[in-house]
Amino acid sequence: MTDTVLQVRNVSKAFGAVQASDGITLDLRPGEIHALIGPNGAGKSTLIAQIAGALRPDAGSVWLSGQDVTALGVAERANLGLARSFQVSAVAMDLTVLQNVVLAACGAQRRVWRFFRAALRDERLIAPARAALARVGLTGEAATIVADLSHGQRRRLELALALVLEPTCFVMDEPLAGLGADGSAEMTALLAGLKAQAPILLVEHDMDAVFALADRISVLVYGKIIATGAPDAIRADSDVRRAYLGDGE
Amino acid sequence: MRRERIVNAALAVLLLGFPLWAYWAGEPFLITLATRAAILALAGVGLNLALGTGGLVSLGHAAFFGAGGYAMGVLAWHAQMYAPMNIAGFEIAGTKSMPVIWLVAVLTGALLASLIGALSLRSSGVYFIMLTLAFGQMAYYFAISWPAYGGEDGLSIYVRNGFPGLNTLDPIQFFLLAYAVLMAVIWFMARLQVSPFGLALAAARQSPARVQAVGIGVFRLRLVAFVISGAITALAGAMFADLNRFISPTMLNWHTSGELIVIVVLGGVARLYGPVAGAILLVTLEHVLGGFSDFWQIWLGLGLLAVVLFARGGLVGALAGRAVAHD
Repeated sequence: MTDTVLQVRNVSKAFGAVQASDGITLDLRPGEIHALIGPNGAGKSTLIAQIAGALRPDAGSVWLSGQDVTALGVAERANLGLARSFQVSAVAMDLTVLQNVVLAACGAQRRVWRFFRAALRDERLIAPARAALARVGLTGEAATIVADLSHGQRRRLELALALVLEPTCFVMDEPLAGLGADGSAEMTALLAGLKAQAPILLVEHDMDAVFALADRISVLVYGKIIATGAPDAIRADSDVRRAYLGDGE
Repeated sequence: MRRERIVNAALAVLLLGFPLWAYWAGEPFLITLATRAAILALAGVGLNLALGTGGLVSLGHAAFFGAGGYAMGVLAWHAQMYAPMNIAGFEIAGTKSMPVIWLVAVLTGALLASLIGALSLRSSGVYFIMLTLAFGQMAYYFAISWPAYGGEDGLSIYVRNGFPGLNTLDPIQFFLLAYAVLMAVIWFMARLQVSPFGLALAAARQSPARVQAVGIGVFRLRLVAFVISGAITALAGAMFADLNRFISPTMLNWHTSGELIVIVVLGGVARLYGPVAGAILLVTLEHVLGGFSDFWQIWLGLGLLAVVLFARGGLVGALAGRAVAHD
């Protein structure tokens, strides 16, 4: 059990009569990509929010590297090594690409409470920021205002922001959302290279990408995990086919 | 960026050059007007950190402005009456020394801002505006019902407080002092804006979820910004009181908060020299239009409307173009 990076234990969350999370248990092991799939409204985003700390579960607990983080907020979990990306890009639109990534470096290095030295002149912040931009192929856009980026570039910026945190695990909410065929292929390649650095909990609708990338897949339907297993086993699972992959009916 | 630098330099030169010309021309009243603009600009610079960079629309900054004013008034009143204060059994003499008064004003403003901020920053949007307004009005009514220091009538301080090495009663010397303080604070703000703290504060305005996700607590970030903002506005309040040699609850009224917002919006929200432009414009309009009609504020209102509709970056934005990231 100690070698799981992230663990969700019996997490439940209800909004009124809707049981968005119903006793969910899942884990993330070193070196793997664990995909979480499920139809719209299955409760994926609610689960992500509880893992990241934006929502408190009604019951159950979340563990990060063997530590119970259920009571901690988003920023504290980020400091403990959880890097999340957002379904809808959440970035500072009026700042430049480099400023956004440097901001993440400030957070990662706990260098926020500095009031005099220019952030963009601090090599300890700039160097990791530029390295992350190079990895996602945004070096040429460093000085561009984020509002002027294309959608695909913004998705890659989102990834760079997570990279700079040097996390112990990534939690990614639909990193391929809205990307064209070329963009999806690029992003899939990037994600495949990322799992060597830290395991990824991947929520994604693009089934080609999921089955290409995932080491394990969990299927969430109406707040319950109905199956967890290797991609081949999931593809063959009759419950999953009925509930999600649109087989038969 | 370069255009904004030129606009900033022009504003700094204008604000310095006008009273120097007035001194040469023997017009002490115009020097006082320029001093008023410099001090209001300072208050605006304080508010701009919260409102502009932080996106925290505070309708309660009069509380800090007035707290600074009362810090000056109380200390100077005890000094001119030769009556020491009695705080928790300790006898503390008043003072007529500006540096000491400024220090007390800054600390009072910071303390008040940390209290109001800690309570108000738990909400956001319209609720934040209403909470700051409510706390500001509480301070206002507290001052009105506090008879020891003049209550509704306020307090007059007969002689302007002193600054080592200067004759503050000489208008041009007092102006230069206010101008120097304004420039020092703007220099500090320029550093702050590009620092990691300033970067995080600006990012928290645009995407608080992202700032949290990179491990930075947004509440604490905003609270620190609010405290710095309140402290600077309180410093301006102490100097404003010294300019008029008079304090009254009016300084704490929400009209004052509104006027500070007008200064920031007219000049340019989140622009370094926005409040300088706004204060110069407001004081000029007040003086020039006020000479024509008692209802000059209707023209101010129309001007404000024009800025909001056509020049979102205020005067500085209209002159310097889109805000570009600093390095």
